[in-house]
Amino acid sequence: MVNLTIDGKKVRVRKLSTLLDAAGKLDIPIPTLCHHPALSPFGGCRLCLVEVNGSPKPVAACTTFAKEGMEVVTSNPRLEKMRRTTLELILSDHPQDCMVCERAGDCKLQELAYFYGIRENRFKGERRIYEKKDGNPFLVRDMEKCILCGKCVRICDEIQGVGAIDFAYRGMKTKICPPFERDLDCEFCGQCVSVCPTGALTGRMWANKGRQNFKEVDTICPYCGCGCNITLHIWRNKVRRVSSREDTPNEGWLCAKGRFGYSFINHRHRLKKPLIRIAPKEKDEGRGRKEEINPSSAPRPSAIFREASWDEALDYIAVRLKEVKEKHGQDAIGGLSSARCTNEENYLFQKFMRAVIGTNNIDHCARY
Amino acid sequence: MKKNIIIKVCTGTGGIASGGEEVLSAFRDAVSSSGIKAIFNERCSAQKVGCRGFCAKDVLVDVIINGEKTTYKHIKQDMVQRIVDEHILNGKAVEEWTVGEDYHTFHDRQTKVVLSHCGEIDPEDINAYMAVGGYDAARKAVCSMTPKEIVDTVKNSNLRGRGGAGFPTGLKWELGMRIKSDIKYVICNGDEGDPGAFMDRSVMEGDPHSVIEGMIICAKATESGHGYIYVRAEYPLAVKRLQMAIDQCRENGFLGSNIFGSGFDFDLRIFQGAGAFVCGEATALMRSIEGKRGMPSPKLWRSAEKGLWDRPTVLNNVETFANIPRIIMNGAEWYSNLGTERSGGTKVFSLSGKVKNTGLIEVPFGTSLKKIIYDIGGGIEGGKAFKALQTGGPSGGCIPAESLEIEVDYESLAQAGSIMGSGGMVVLDETSCMVNTAKFFLEFTQAESCGKCTPCRIGTKRMLEILERITSGNGKEEDIDLLEELCRYIRAASLCGLGMTAPNPVLSTLRYFRDEYEAHIRDKRCPAAVCKDLITYSVVEELCTGCGACKRACPADAVRGTRKSPHRIDADACVKCGTCFDACKFKAIRKQ
Repeated sequence: MVNLTIDGKKVRVRKLSTLLDAAGKLDIPIPTLCHHPALSPFGGCRLCLVEVNGSPKPVAACTTFAKEGMEVVTSNPRLEKMRRTTLELILSDHPQDCMVCERAGDCKLQELAYFYGIRENRFKGERRIYEKKDGNPFLVRDMEKCILCGKCVRICDEIQGVGAIDFAYRGMKTKICPPFERDLDCEFCGQCVSVCPTGALTGRMWANKGRQNFKEVDTICPYCGCGCNITLHIWRNKVRRVSSREDTPNEGWLCAKGRFGYSFINHRHRLKKPLIRIAPKEKDEGRGRKEEINPSSAPRPSAIFREASWDEALDYIAVRLKEVKEKHGQDAIGGLSSARCTNEENYLFQKFMRAVIGTNNIDHCARY
Repeated sequence: MKKNIIIKVCTGTGGIASGGEEVLSAFRDAVSSSGIKAIFNERCSAQKVGCRGFCAKDVLVDVIINGEKTTYKHIKQDMVQRIVDEHILNGKAVEEWTVGEDYHTFHDRQTKVVLSHCGEIDPEDINAYMAVGGYDAARKAVCSMTPKEIVDTVKNSNLRGRGGAGFPTGLKWELGMRIKSDIKYVICNGDEGDPGAFMDRSVMEGDPHSVIEGMIICAKATESGHGYIYVRAEYPLAVKRLQMAIDQCRENGFLGSNIFGSGFDFDLRIFQGAGAFVCGEATALMRSIEGKRGMPSPKLWRSAEKGLWDRPTVLNNVETFANIPRIIMNGAEWYSNLGTERSGGTKVFSLSGKVKNTGLIEVPFGTSLKKIIYDIGGGIEGGKAFKALQTGGPSGGCIPAESLEIEVDYESLAQAGSIMGSGGMVVLDETSCMVNTAKFFLEFTQAESCGKCTPCRIGTKRMLEILERITSGNGKEEDIDLLEELCRYIRAASLCGLGMTAPNPVLSTLRYFRDEYEAHIRDKRCPAAVCKDLITYSVVEELCTGCGACKRACPADAVRGTRKSPHRIDADACVKCGTCFDACKFKAIRKQ
């Protein structure tokens, strides 16, 4: 443990804590744009500069270890002036289109510009202009709004282990892009979107679908047994966006399905009741499959299936299972469960297959 | 008659560019065809040697007959036969081709330690290096010295990092020695990126074995098993010769396992940089070797604790390593006595710009700038007035005439607002515009910024834009203050050395040549008549003979006039290319 003083307040922190961690413990705010507690220290934005006794130059709080006896000043006219200059410089190379920006109201840069009251900018000059074309289906990448904090690069590499993007070029032309500036073609987990402090990375699906007055509902992701905590952003009784809070067991991380796979909720083809087949199976089902997927050319579901209640459906299944077992034996029946189910549900299902049906023909989709 | 003849042909990059390879093979052909060996019953060899620092006079050839050396300059392939016929066969030097007094003053006033083998021995032959005592120091260090003894010797020698920052090498090694780890690395930084700097290149090309020897000694001192030499891919000859040297070392048992039969293992390999200036920065260099983007990382740890792949790493510059064998052999005291109290030894500089003798020079610390420019450099070219000395490349600053008495070392240059840097020295005369010079260096640094931190990425760009405004005549009164504020901000707030030093060219010129900035802004005038947008060309009627040379030369048809009567220049049509100025023999074109 080390003892130090920040803005005159004493604090005791673990060894190898950064000054930013120590200030956080005292609830002293230090502005940052490139820092994320789960990612490796970066030191790029230079907003968290603080003064330390004995150091001729200010140091970045996010990349300086707390040492015994340090006396740290987090705010004085000199530091605030430097932070102001940093913000002015960033804003001088940033589109001033908060009016129509997806992230307005939820943008760290906008927030800092507001707190520092940056109305006039002394540094007018050339701004990066990029084409906003990217053929990927999930992310909108507006690199003109990118402040090169590198969070997306780090989360992609360090948390997701994918490394789909990195810094390219030098100087003002520095840009974050996939290899050879191709369209993004990754697993589309959208982790980068979740950490982007500005409007540079946003979800294509929630573009122009609302920024404020969301009702937030915490729930569990239905896709797999991991059971990630998710938060649904709801407006007019429709899910407009999915996110996850950092204080959850999944630490706010989500995969492509959890983050972007919510359009089924209000989809017209969504199955809401059990269906019982009324038309006999076609023999050449395999050949016709491709067409069936296309909803326009498929036969209307009501011609093949009829809606039923759960009671009726379950009774029907029980009867048919018994019939099959009597006629062909228990091993004529197999069960496939799903990785979307919880462990408990999967346990029960295999118990049902083994103990009730009496077969070991049991498997599930995540066992690849 | 017995004779011992050695012909040394410069085959550094400068020598090769001027045809050194052809000259060498011409000598070899001529020597064998004229049967010199048979005629004189003598030993005669023609060998390649590294750069000797005076590339303006390449190809330089030494002909040494019985120890008596004659040096020829500007030798071409077709001149070889005459030298062989007259000098080698008949003993009469070809006087008109020999080097003049300037060559000798250039060399005689230097103190060569690092460069002592460059231009003297064949860099591609380990035996040539061993013949001048090569690898004795490494053998001594590996076989009979303890790490602590080596570190103490280096510490006492007062050797400081030649990469520019001047961190005491002994201290760095001591840290590396103290930290325990099963894997440690030694890295040689050969990513020499400053425009106009070619010190490390010459050492790597002209004396690669001395660098390797220095690294072996460092490996022993820090007990490291692996080494890297990081060389720019733009130095193909250095890469080739270093690789040859490494291979020869392995054959001789100086690299690999059980080196010098001592039981100590050390091997090294070359890593070629991909051309980013910022990779000269230690952390960026290590990331580059790791296969990542060469981008400086915050120094949470010292490299000696966590460097390459998070292992303890000692990283030194080429020149630093090349000094080590000499220190081990001649002793710390000898070395520290060469320099000043604070900085031991000598420093290699690349002297260029508006000075008579340009090239590579090596002088002890404490030599005055005046001596370097006027004694070794031979003074200003064309009898013009000296204006400033730019040192340290794009990270350095400009030193004015009144500070020329200062004695070169890390602190004195820093006090004068510049830095030692890797050792570039560019002499500027009265025809150099200081605002334009600052702009030139800033163009370089802002383009080479890795883009990671805000001050360096956007700040230097905005500085450059202000300078462009000033040099194009659109400067505003408040621009100087804004520039100064940005300079101080970038210097204090940047992440790595590139950003921290990027404002130096501007800060130092603002300090010493503020009047030039003011002339650009207030009077819309460039005092040195360099900034195109601020100069006009006109004809001095009294001097114009009406010869029409300017009119014929003008590409824009901007010169009007009839023969034998004074011409005039149409300012609207003039593109300010300066062709008329150069074409006029009567100095009748005025540039202001």
